[in-house]
Amino acid sequence: MTMLLLALLTVATQPAGLLAQANAAPAVQEGPRTHEETQLERDTRRLAAELRCPVCQGLSLQDSPAELSQEMRAIIRDQLLAGKSVDEVKQYFVDKYGEWILLEPTPKGFNLTVYIAPMLLLLGGAGFLYVTARRWTRQGATTAGTEPAENRTAHVG
Amino acid sequence: MSIRRVLITIAICIPLIALLAFGLTRDPNEIPSPLPGKAAPEFKLVAMDGSADTVNLASLRGKVVVLNFWASWCLQCRDEHADLSMAANLYRERGVEFYGVLYNDQAANGLRWIEEMGGQSYASLLDPGSRTAVDYGLYGVPETFIIDQEGRVIRKKIGPTTVSELASFIDPLLTAGPQQESTE
Repeated sequence: MTMLLLALLTVATQPAGLLAQANAAPAVQEGPRTHEETQLERDTRRLAAELRCPVCQGLSLQDSPAELSQEMRAIIRDQLLAGKSVDEVKQYFVDKYGEWILLEPTPKGFNLTVYIAPMLLLLGGAGFLYVTARRWTRQGATTAGTEPAENRTAHVG
Repeated sequence: MSIRRVLITIAICIPLIALLAFGLTRDPNEIPSPLPGKAAPEFKLVAMDGSADTVNLASLRGKVVVLNFWASWCLQCRDEHADLSMAANLYRERGVEFYGVLYNDQAANGLRWIEEMGGQSYASLLDPGSRTAVDYGLYGVPETFIIDQEGRVIRKKIGPTTVSELASFIDPLLTAGPQQESTE
């Protein structure tokens, strides 16, 4: 009886096994396509992170859950799938929304101030600190030098 | 020494205050569109009323087209609805085509809204996936585009519009049209 049951089980599971094998075969063949999709997703994500969500405050398309952002991400994906390069898709959005759509403005013309001004301010601040600190130490040295001798000995003591 | 310090402080503060004051005069919600003056993005959209009619922008060459993006969930769209319907009636005889484009909304909601608002004197179109909206650089509703007889975007109006404002956009195009023809 047990033998009969085992035999039945083997017969019953065999087609399923064959089916699984049949399913597994195309999955192996689809390997390169999956890799391509990953590259596509990576490009979509990278570009979506560089573009501003038009209906949010300071969020990228990638970070925004807004419906328009989702649709814009779909447009990026579709245009990349259609063979456009990342730069071409980016240019499409700049043509429609202007430079405003770029979270990082292109470093040319007036935009350069955005890149240069912080460095100048940092350098100016460092210079100011250096000059002020030097003045303080010099003043400190001068007052220390003019201090009466008994005070100086009192400090040491 | 103290006067010098005051002068330096003023020299630093005045340009900063001037820059901030200039910033206050600008509307942060208004994004300058690169579209005016350029060819209007082509579209072929299906009518919202279920009639399966399609509207192709290319087939409207030679006419002034007013394209209004709206949604049933948009409060400001209520403010301009009567004006747009009235302007469409006023300019129909002069060959101006008005079209609404439903943005991020369902056709059933749009139809219900029109019924609530007492009708719409022009057709509205569906824009699945907001492809046309993004083509027009849309970032909210309502937005209205005025397209001239040669298919160029002349104006982009952000926010609700009025009959008089629409007239100020359309009239110069209608008067310029015959003049151009006469010179050719």
